[in-house]
Amino acid sequence: MSLESPKEDWFEPPHGAEKIWIGIALAWCLVMFLMMPYWHLFGQQNTSGETFRVSPRDFEERVDEFVEANQVGELNGVPVVEPPPGGDAFLLGRMWEWYPVLKLRAGETYRIHLSALDLQHGFSLQPLNMNFRAIPGYDYVLTMTPQEPGEYTIVCNEFCGVGHHLMVGKLIVE
Amino acid sequence: MNDQEGNNPERPDGEVNKPEGEVAKVKRGLQALAGGWRKCDTTGMPVCLDSQFFIRVNAVFAVIFLLIGGLAAILLALTRWEAFNLLRTDMFYRVLTLHGLNMLIFWILFFEVAILYFTSTTLLNAKLFSRKVGWVSLVLMVVGAVMVNWVIFAGQADVLKTSYLPLLAHPAFYLGIILVAVGTLVAVFNFFATLYTAKRDRTYEGSIPLVTFGAMAAAIIAVVTLLHGAVVMIPTFSYSMGWTGEPDPLWYRLIWWGLGHQSQQVNVAAMVAVWYMIATLSTGAKPINETVCRGAFVLYILFINVASAHHLLVEPGMSSSWKIWNTGYVMYLAVLASMVHGFTVPASVEVAMRSKGHAAGIFGWLKALPWRNPAFSAALLSLIIFGFIGGITGVTLGTQQINIIAHNTLRIPGHFHATVVGGTTLAFMGVAYYVVPLFFRRDFVWRRLARIQPWIFAAGITLMSFGMSFAGSMGVARRTSDIAPAEEAYGAVVHFFLAMVGIGGVLAVLGLLLFVGLVVATVLFGPSNVGRPMKCWGTAVDLGSKGAVRKGKGGSHYTPGTVVLVGIFLTAFVVYYFANWRALADVWPVR
Ligand code: HEM
Ligand SMILES: [Cu+2]
Repeated sequence: MSLESPKEDWFEPPHGAEKIWIGIALAWCLVMFLMMPYWHLFGQQNTSGETFRVSPRDFEERVDEFVEANQVGELNGVPVVEPPPGGDAFLLGRMWEWYPVLKLRAGETYRIHLSALDLQHGFSLQPLNMNFRAIPGYDYVLTMTPQEPGEYTIVCNEFCGVGHHLMVGKLIVE
Repeated sequence: MNDQEGNNPERPDGEVNKPEGEVAKVKRGLQALAGGWRKCDTTGMPVCLDSQFFIRVNAVFAVIFLLIGGLAAILLALTRWEAFNLLRTDMFYRVLTLHGLNMLIFWILFFEVAILYFTSTTLLNAKLFSRKVGWVSLVLMVVGAVMVNWVIFAGQADVLKTSYLPLLAHPAFYLGIILVAVGTLVAVFNFFATLYTAKRDRTYEGSIPLVTFGAMAAAIIAVVTLLHGAVVMIPTFSYSMGWTGEPDPLWYRLIWWGLGHQSQQVNVAAMVAVWYMIATLSTGAKPINETVCRGAFVLYILFINVASAHHLLVEPGMSSSWKIWNTGYVMYLAVLASMVHGFTVPASVEVAMRSKGHAAGIFGWLKALPWRNPAFSAALLSLIIFGFIGGITGVTLGTQQINIIAHNTLRIPGHFHATVVGGTTLAFMGVAYYVVPLFFRRDFVWRRLARIQPWIFAAGITLMSFGMSFAGSMGVARRTSDIAPAEEAYGAVVHFFLAMVGIGGVLAVLGLLLFVGLVVATVLFGPSNVGRPMKCWGTAVDLGSKGAVRKGKGGSHYTPGTVVLVGIFLTAFVVYYFANWRALADVWPVR
């Protein structure tokens, strides 16, 4: 029994159903393992490995330049910015807003640079439910292809102080 | 009901009480302990009094922290239930910090230290290595935990349990955590020193028992875990004091999760050890194959060490191949270990039940299980909730790409309330139904309530976990006091699921308060069982010769019931896993 020392020669290979279950479980673990490289090669949704170090101030400057060059309007006081299709777009998370509002075209691919200014923030695109982290000091490049046109919401899903729940931004797809 | 009850001594299995064995054991115990011991009135095992003292004190502190965490939990549940939205936003995060630390760190660690002392002394007929070391550990842990609670209440540490930099708490917060970690390491040292002296003094023959082996696996992982804790907390403490510069936030997350995730593996190993222990105490089960069970614990030790990766799947800085390697290869062999335990525990119970004569059909033995024994119900429910909900969701959410549609949503707390609450916490509650009578030497009061307590707690946690998982699938963020500013994005159904979180949460807290009430009332007012065996909770009945006729078939490896159960489990797993890939394929292409 499990509360006492086992008999001297307790070493024995598994038998019967136990042995078969170990085999099946191992095979299933291998399937799960292989699904990841498989999707990496053939799937459409993969997390990016493209990252650059950047100081939060420098990133903020780049965002400002980007906004100045490409602003097309304003939504609730936040600039609406339309990056060139296929080009670079910048998105900054800071207490407690997502800046600016990006206006993208369906079917085009963009390099979205995501970072945070002050604390860690969580980029959560709704109602699609796609989630990425924004960390100060890192420029995270997500190469995304928006699909259906519409107005999307960006929620912050990493705690960033008392205004965290108010940190809700917009993203427009045309 | 089919089980024996009343004043019979707890007789888990014939072998414990073999007369010659017992005499020899007590003799050895006597020599080893040379004073400072008593003979257990129920099992006849020698109990080291130093060890008994520390088991008691650590268990008492564990329950105090569980109570604090539970009171916090009710406030959280009533805040996320939008009908109440009880707490002001700043209070929500303070209470969430309080809940995370008291539950995940203090309740669990204090209880685990009690388990380490128990498995290294009583089960080995050994004496605790050192009372002084026990005191050092206890004082460090208690001072640390009090410090942390104090800064949280003072409003100086609204940083949540992960305290991700650049969020910064008062230095006492980090120092308190460091003290708790060091205190735990000291207890782990006491555990290993006890194993060493027991081996040296030959207090037992052959190998250590399986339950002690499982606890040892937990202790080994705990050392690696707590060292990660030191590596991340010391520079952060120093930064908070203004002595050194700010550690990199990504580095912080990488090492923090070396602490945060591996400590969950400590909890899993301890929980599985408790499953084996309760299976033996309540049904007389023995491991079918010691090699397999021990091998699975070894897999935990070897392959969980880089599991930190699966908290970092959607963040900058790490390459895909690094993420795949660390989640896949390293984690899935630990998953394999859990799947093996998920078979061997019920299979050992099934074999025990069949050999007692409950051999009808595939599931005939289920009826004869000791359903009225709360320790048994707790272990069984723990196994089901951990496996079917916690395990399946955990492996799926921790898949590199699937994490995109789950990260930091309520799906995550939905998952871990099924592992560390429905699994570990419930298993620990179960073992308390033996710890209190055996080490505090009082029989439980309100035994009827005790019998339903695990069911209430399990039902509440399951409901809450489902509510969280569904709300999270619709996008609802975790760690958010109020979703009103974003709610149009989520759709109307989330209100229903958040109400489910609230109702399940309240039910679970009722189960928790009932547990605390039972334990406290028993320790204070329960009838003493000194000089007689503890009042039995009910064990599986042996039909003796009547059933013996039917024993024969397939010998000790005949477990058709368990085979069907794991078949259902695997089917659920495969369906859930691929359904998530399917859902992932619907979102925007990204790379
Ligand atoms: C007794 C019933 C319990 C209830 C009703 C409950 C409820 C909750 C709720 C509502 C949250 C907040 C989720 C969010 O908004 O992100 C939460 C978070 C959490 N709970 Fe529990 N919980 C319970 C027990 C436990 C136990 C026993 C543990 C650990 C052993 C635990 C560990 C945690 C952790 C680690 C968090 C996350 C803290 C954070 O995000 O920093 N809970 N719980
Ligand atoms: Cu934020």
